Order: sequence, then structure tokens, then C-alpha cells
Amino acid sequence: MASDAVLETKGLTMRFGGLTAVKNFSAAIPRGSIVGLIGPNGAGKTTCFNMITGFYKPSEGQVLFNGADITGAPPHRVCRSGIARTFQNIRLFGNETVLENAMIGCHLRQKTGWWQAVLCLPSNRREERAIAERSRELLKVVGLQELAGEKANSLPYGAQRRLEIARALATRPAFLLLDEPAAGMNPNETQELMGFIREIRRSFDLTVLLIEHDMKVVMGICEHIWVLDYGEMIAAGPPEAIQSDPKVIKAYLGEEALAHA
Amino acid sequence: MGAKTNAILNILAAVLLGLFIWWAEENLDGYMIQILNLIAVNIILALSLNLIYGFTGLFSLGHAGFMAIGAYVCSILILAPEQKEMLFILEPAYDWVQSAQAPFFVAVVAGGLAAALFGVLVGIPLLRLGDDYLGMATLGFAEIVRIFAINLPRVTNGALGFKGIPDHANLWWNFGWCLFTLYVIIRLIRSNSGNVFKAIRDDETAAKAMGIDVFRQKLLSFALGAFFAGVGGALLGSLVATIDPKMFTFVLTFNVLMIVVTGGLGSITGSVLAGIAITVLLEWLRFVENPVYFGDWELPGIPGMRMVVFSLALIFMILFRREGFMGKREFSWSWAVGRFFKKAGRHGI
Repeated sequence: MASDAVLETKGLTMRFGGLTAVKNFSAAIPRGSIVGLIGPNGAGKTTCFNMITGFYKPSEGQVLFNGADITGAPPHRVCRSGIARTFQNIRLFGNETVLENAMIGCHLRQKTGWWQAVLCLPSNRREERAIAERSRELLKVVGLQELAGEKANSLPYGAQRRLEIARALATRPAFLLLDEPAAGMNPNETQELMGFIREIRRSFDLTVLLIEHDMKVVMGICEHIWVLDYGEMIAAGPPEAIQSDPKVIKAYLGEEALAHA
Repeated sequence: MGAKTNAILNILAAVLLGLFIWWAEENLDGYMIQILNLIAVNIILALSLNLIYGFTGLFSLGHAGFMAIGAYVCSILILAPEQKEMLFILEPAYDWVQSAQAPFFVAVVAGGLAAALFGVLVGIPLLRLGDDYLGMATLGFAEIVRIFAINLPRVTNGALGFKGIPDHANLWWNFGWCLFTLYVIIRLIRSNSGNVFKAIRDDETAAKAMGIDVFRQKLLSFALGAFFAGVGGALLGSLVATIDPKMFTFVLTFNVLMIVVTGGLGSITGSVLAGIAITVLLEWLRFVENPVYFGDWELPGIPGMRMVVFSLALIFMILFRREGFMGKREFSWSWAVGRFFKKAGRHGI
């Protein structure tokens, strides 16, 4: 399995002063899979995301993406190598339009720069037209094509989440990290989201790692689940195994719950 | 409205401006022409600061520094060698300062490039700082430039500065540069590169996650802004014919900042309108400094009164319309045409 891993982490550890947020996190994500990262609040899930995407430099350990070492690379370089992410607390470019948000995601693969734009060169105009076109298509994928001209921060919550995913897809990732994509969604929206994640995995040829608290989502779409508690991986495996793992039940519900079970 | 119609209307507007300048040169007195010149220079300066602060979100207070660099470089290049020999009375100029010569256009470009170079040099360490700290550090930079200008007498003639700088900066040059600045900044802001600047302003963390090399883009915006600030400084030097270190204090930065904030951070239209309005008001408000007569009784004029009026206006602006009078909105021909026909319709035409 390790040979066909998109992403592999080896002994990732993150210390903030005396606090060890994540300890010795080693895992491999099989190509094309949807993997869930779960755990109680403060277990270190987002810290893992931040180490993988370059926002934190791990105190120890390695991150390998497609076999290449990307440990400690700055976020923009990690993104360029093909890893895109969304944020737990939505971070859109609020004053910009929905279309512009998607276009900004396309910028890192753009070949013509500012001076070609100033000189009005045809190469730049052609490329920017293609970028706008592609952005519109991505908006269609997430169902926001009607709102292309709206300001991003005027969108309803669910639409903002979808726009964040569209924007991440615009960077042409091979690996997508979703930080609580279902947070704040109603059951209907959640159901749609699950279908949507499966759909983009297929059509964009993605591997997905997601943090989620909604167990229906996690158990419904993840093929592998990792469970973190106090920064340590306490269980890993397919959903059925995780659901009945005593260590997981203990981490979520406490000792007594296990005794009653 | 099509791109072609827009282009035609833009060219038409430029031609109209040209006709106006042609008319103004013949028919307006020196004082009015000077105000028009100041309008053009102030618009250039406001646009350059708006690019840095309004569009990229970098709180920079170093504008006076960039302007000083542009003004000194340009002045050294256009002052005749004989003039320089007369000017440098404290200590003789270095040979390269004495012999440097260039036509006006080249001198202005050189002033801009020198400012941009300093923009990059100070940007590399400073742009890693966040909001308020960047403001303080760039303010420090501007002061350092001024102190250097005082203490490098063989380059800048020290505290005496330069007098009798050739007044090449006429209406044509100033408005030409103003249109060029406007064109470059509009093209830039409308392109995807402009979107990237605005992305950094809105959310730096998200911008990084989108694969944007935030530091490089900030440096780019800062250097471009510095370039146009240098150009503005160069034109100003030639326009007022006298420069000395006292001219480039924080007050100068503050004036530009006032235009940008009043017009609206992140609005090109706002900077242009506020550039016109504030330049005109600064002159027109001089009447409040004149003595006022109530019959026989005379209220003596108070020098500096107009700055009090201005400060009050600014306070009210910030209290009641914090986003400036344009906010982030922009003028467009389709909007203007729409307005015109709506109005015309109401009058039954």
C-alpha cells in the first residue's frame, strides 16, 4: 500500500512550547481514496492539516507527497505541488466576487504575469479569458454559476463552503484536504455534500482527506478512518472497525460509556 | 456595453482632456494652471498609495520617502551643470552628481526607478511585518531618507536643497503621466494579478493556501507603488522648482493618505475624484485664513485655519462614511450612460 500512497507522513510531531499537539503521526493515504481524520475537539486534527499544507513547520518527522519530501515547504509551494485545502472557519476573499475567488485559485498555474496584463498582450488576454471560462465551469460544478457576480461574503453559509471547495479545485490539486466541510449544514445539505465529494473525487481524479465531526458523513463516505486523541493516533482502519473500537468509544464518550456498552 | 465602445469612450475622454489642457494653457492664469498641475500630481500620488494600501492592504506611511528619492534623482538629472556649481555652496558636489544629465522624461523615469529600487530594498525586510508595524517601519524609512538628504551635502546640497529646478513639468507632462499611471493601475487591477493583490488584502492566509507567493506579490505591489510615488515626487520637484528636506516630512504622506482615504480605499475613481476635490479645497479654503469684516469690526485671519477645517472634515468623514465617498465602487461608462438616459428620460426627452 505504501508504494501507492499519495501522501505519507512519517513520525510527524508538533510541539508548541511545552505542549505536544501532535505526536508521532505516521500514516499513508492510498491514491484515490477518501480518508477521514476524526477525534474529539483539540485532538490535533487541524494541526495535522497545517503541518501537511506547510502552515506549520513540524518539530519532527517528514511529509512525503508523491514520494517527494515537502516537509517544511512554505504553503504556496505545497499548493503548487498539488495539495489544496479548505478552512474550518471559512476563509473566502470576501470583497471579491464569486467568480474572482475562483479565478484567484487559477493564478498559480497562470503563465502570463502583471506586465503582460499592463501591456495588453494577446497572450495574456487569451489566458485570462480561458481562466474566467474555467472558473465558470468550476462554479457550475459546485452549483454557483448563477451567483458568479455576487460578492463572496454575501453568500449564504452553505454556498460559501462550496465556493471554498471550487476555489481549491481551481488550483488543480491531486490531493484535497477538507476541514469540516459539513459544519453548519442541515441534514439535506449534508446528504448532498456526501454525493458531491464522491463526485469530485471521480471527475477530478482526487484523493481526499477530511476532518469531520458529523459521523454520518465520516462513516458514509470514508474508506479509511484515522482517530486522533491528545495528539496521538489511537486507531486506524475501515469505518466498521472504528465504530466498534473500544479505544475510540472511550475517547469520545469516556470510560463509563464503555462499561455500559 | 462592448469593449469597443468603452475603448472609444476612453479615447474620447482623453482627447477632451487634451483639448481642455490646450484651452487652459492659453486662457487660464498661472495660479489656476498651478492648481491643475497639482491635481495631476496628487492623483498620481494617490493612485500609487491606493495600489499599496487600498488594493494590497499594506499600511505604508513611507510615501514621502519615495517621493523624496524621485524628486532628488530627477532634479539632479535636469539641473544644468552651471546651476549645480552655483547651488552647492556648502560643499562641492561629487563628480557624478555634477556631471549627471538627462532629458526630462528620462529623469522622471529614473526618479521612479530609483524609488522602486528602494521600495524593493526596504520591502524585503519590512514586508514581513504586519499592519501597524509595517506602518511604523515605513514611517521610519521615510524619516531616514529625509535625514540622509540633510546629511549628504555633496549629493543633495544638505538642508539648503535645490532651487531653480527647470520647470519642465507643465500640464502636458503632468497629465500625461497621470493618464499613464491611471492606465497602468487600471489594467493591473482588472487583471488576475490585481485579483491576487485584493486576495492578499482580504485574507493573507487563504491567499497562501491558494498557492500565492504572498511575499513576492506584496513586494511587487510595493515596488510598483514606489515607482509611481517616485514619479509623482519628480514631477512635484520640477513643478514647484524648489526642493529641500523639510518638504518631505510626514505631512506630505498624510496629505496623500487623506486623499486616498477620503476617496475610498480600493477605489481608483475615488482617488481621482478626491485628488481633484482636496487639491481644489486646499486652495479655495485659503479664504478662511483671511481677515473677516463684520461692518467696521475686523476678525483677524488665522494662518493654518484651513488645516483645522480639513481635520474636522476628515473626522466627520471617518465618523459617518468610513469607507470614503466611493467605497470600493468604480466609475464605468455603462453606469454613466445609464445615469444620463435615466435623467434624460425623467425630463421627458
